[in-house]
Amino acid sequence: MQTKEKQALIGQLKKDLLVWQGIKQKSADVLPMGLGPLEEAFPNGIFPKGVIHEFVSFDRVGGAVSCGFIAGLLGKLMRSDGICIWISGFHTLFPTAIKSFGVDPEKVIFVRMDREKDLLWAMEEALKCEGITAVLAEIHQLDFVQSRRLQLAVEKSGVTGFILQHNPKLLGATACAARWKISSRPSQLEDGLPGIGHPSWDIELLKVRNGNPGRWQMTWTADGFEPVAKTRSLPEEWEQSYAHLGLA
Amino acid sequence: MKKRFASLWFRHLKTDWMTVGQPQLKEIPFVLAISTHGKLIANACNALAEQEGVYPGLAIADAKAFLPSLKVVNERSELTEKLLHNIAHWCIRYTPLVAIDLPEGIILDISGCAHLWGGEESYLQHIVSRFKQHGYDVCVGIADTIGTAWAIARFGNGNAIVEGDKQFDAILDLPPQALRLEATVLQRLQSLGLKTIGSFARMPRTALRRRFGKDLVLRLDQAIGDEDEFIVSIKPIFPYEERLPCLEPIRTANGIELALQQLLNNICKRLTGEGKGVREAVLQCHRVDGKIEQISIGTNRATAHQQHLFQLFALKIPQIEPALGIELFILEIPKVEEADPVQENLWSHRIGLDNPVVTELLDRLKSRDPACEISRYLPAAHYWPERSMKIASSAQEVPTVDWQIDRPRPTRLLSTPEPIMVTAPIPDYPPLFFRYKGEVHTVKKADGPERIEREWWIDKGEHRDYYAVEDEKGRRFWLYRSGHYDDRSPNQWFLHGFFA
Repeated sequence: MQTKEKQALIGQLKKDLLVWQGIKQKSADVLPMGLGPLEEAFPNGIFPKGVIHEFVSFDRVGGAVSCGFIAGLLGKLMRSDGICIWISGFHTLFPTAIKSFGVDPEKVIFVRMDREKDLLWAMEEALKCEGITAVLAEIHQLDFVQSRRLQLAVEKSGVTGFILQHNPKLLGATACAARWKISSRPSQLEDGLPGIGHPSWDIELLKVRNGNPGRWQMTWTADGFEPVAKTRSLPEEWEQSYAHLGLA
Repeated sequence: MKKRFASLWFRHLKTDWMTVGQPQLKEIPFVLAISTHGKLIANACNALAEQEGVYPGLAIADAKAFLPSLKVVNERSELTEKLLHNIAHWCIRYTPLVAIDLPEGIILDISGCAHLWGGEESYLQHIVSRFKQHGYDVCVGIADTIGTAWAIARFGNGNAIVEGDKQFDAILDLPPQALRLEATVLQRLQSLGLKTIGSFARMPRTALRRRFGKDLVLRLDQAIGDEDEFIVSIKPIFPYEERLPCLEPIRTANGIELALQQLLNNICKRLTGEGKGVREAVLQCHRVDGKIEQISIGTNRATAHQQHLFQLFALKIPQIEPALGIELFILEIPKVEEADPVQENLWSHRIGLDNPVVTELLDRLKSRDPACEISRYLPAAHYWPERSMKIASSAQEVPTVDWQIDRPRPTRLLSTPEPIMVTAPIPDYPPLFFRYKGEVHTVKKADGPERIEREWWIDKGEHRDYYAVEDEKGRRFWLYRSGHYDDRSPNQWFLHGFFA
C-alpha cells in the first residue's frame, strides 16, 4: 500500500516536472501526428513540435529512407499553408517523391551550400524565423554545442527542426529532443500478389528527452503511417551493434 | 546650373609613377623607351632628363651621345591607360563624374562640387597638394568648358581658374596647340603666322572653316562655350546613390556601421517615398591610400526595410579592410524595383512564401555564401525523370501541371545514374541479382518495367526500362536497363535512385 502511494506521488511529481519544463498536457487542440503507438514514447504522449529531432543514417539507402519518413512527418506539420526549408550540401532529394508523402514539393525551399559550417549557420538562421513551419538540414556531424545553439533558436520561434546526420563519425550527446534511426524492412504483401508493397520501416527511437526509447515497425500507406507490430523492449543485439559509436 | 570643369594634366605621368616605386630614380635623369622600326625612341622623360634636353621622340642613341648618364627603362604596354584608370577612380572622391582624357589627362565635371572644399581656390589647392604628396606633378585648369580647362592646364601661364563666361579672353594669348587640333591644321596655322588663338579667333567662321576645316571651328566653339561637349564618365552615375565624406578617416567596424546606418536611412526614406525598393546595393569605401574596398548585397524582393538591409551588409563588414582609414563612403543602388507598400504594412501576419521574413532569411543566406543555391521546384510536363521538375522563377509562381505520383518515385535521385552488373532473364524481367559498389543484392520483390522514352525533339539516345526492386533486407532501388536487347552489344544497367 505504501509503495503504491509512493508511486502515485512520484508519478504526480513527474507530471508536474513536465509542466514546469513547458511540455503541454494532452488536449483536444493538439493534433496527433498519426504515428499511433509510437507517440506514446514521448512525454504526455504528444509528438514534440518546436524542438530539434535528430536522425542518423549509415548508408545511402538509410538516408533515402529517413528522408521519406521525415517527409511523412512534414506532411502532417505543414497541413496548413506552411513552408519548409531543406538545407543540404548536395542535390539529391527528388521533389516529386515527397508529394506521395503528403508534402507539396513547391512549398519546400531547397538551399544548397558547400561548407558544413555554413549549413549549420543557415539552419540556425532559418530556425529563428517564425514564418517557417520546419527546417531540415542534412549534415555529417552535429556536436553538443551546435545542437544547443539550434535548440535555443527553436525555443524562441517554435519552428520544428530536423537534423539528418549521414555517416556520423561519432554519435555523442546532443541537446536534441529525440534521436531516430530509420531503416528499411521487407515490405509485406498479401499472398500471391506480385510487385513490391508499401514502404515499410524499422523505426528506432534511440533517445527521447523525458520519454521512453523503443523500436517500432511501420508502413506508409495512402492513409499515412500504419503500425505493423509493436515491440517496446530494446533488444540486446541492437545495443551491441551501436557500441562502437559510443552509445550506451 | 552652370557647368564647371577641371582638366588635370600629368606632365610626367609614367616617370612619376616609376619614381614612386623606386625613389632612387629621383636623382638621375631617365627615360622610358619604346622600340619602333628597330630603334629605341624615348617615350617619356623625367624632369631632370628634360632639363638636359631630352624630349619624347628623340632616339635613345642620340640622347646617350650627349647625356651618357641617362638611364633607359623599357616601357610596359598599356601603362598609361592603367595609370590613368586608377587615378580616375581615385578622383571620384572629388566628383562623381570623372573621365579619362588620353594621353596624359583627366577631366572632372566639378559642377556643384567645389563649395564642399570651400571654393574653387582651395579645391584646386587640395587636388594639387594631394597629388604632390603621392609624388605626381599635376597641372590643373578650371573653366566653364572642357576645351578652355584643357588649354589652361597645359598652356596657361598665370591663373589656373577661369571665371565664368571669361573663356574667350582667357584663351586669346594661348598658342593654337591649346585647341586640341591635328598636326596638319597646326602646321598650316603656323605657316600663315597665326601664332596665338587671338590672331584668328575673331575671323569670320565661314572663312576659317573653308581654310582650315570644320575641326578648328568646332574646337574653338567648344572652348568658348558655343558648342556643347560631353565626357564619358568612367563610372555610370546611378540615380540612387548616397555619399558620406568623413572629416577623419574611419578605421573601426563600429564607425563603418554608423556610416552605413546613416546612408541607408537616407536612401530608404527616399525609396519609401517613391514606392520603390532595393534589389541590389553596393557600398564602396574609398580609403586614404587610394584603394577602394567594396561590398555588395542582393535581395530576393524589392525592399526598403532599413534594418534588413543593414543586417545584410553587417554580415560583410568584416571583409572591409580599412587600413589607414576610409574617407568616403558611397552607397549605390544599381537595381531598384517597384515595391508594394501594402505588403510592408502587413509585416508579420503572412505565412507561406509571401512572408517577408522568409525572403529576408533567403537574402541573408545568399549574402553569407554567394555560391549557395536557393531553389524551389515546380512540376514540369515531362516523363523523363531528370526533366520532370523545373526551378521556379519567382516566389509567386504556382504549378501549372500536377506532380506525377501515379508511379513510385525514389526519394533520392542520383544526378548521374551509376552502372551496375546484373543477372537478369530476358526479354524484360527484372534482375535476379545485381552488384552495386561491390555488394551483391538479391532481388526479392520487383515492379516493372516502366518504359520511359526519350523526348526525341530534345535529345537522342536509348529509352529506359525502369524497375523498382527490393532486396533481401528490404532496401529499395530504382534500376533501369538502357535500350532494347540486341545481339550486337550487351545492355547496360544503371542504378538511378533509392526509395524510402
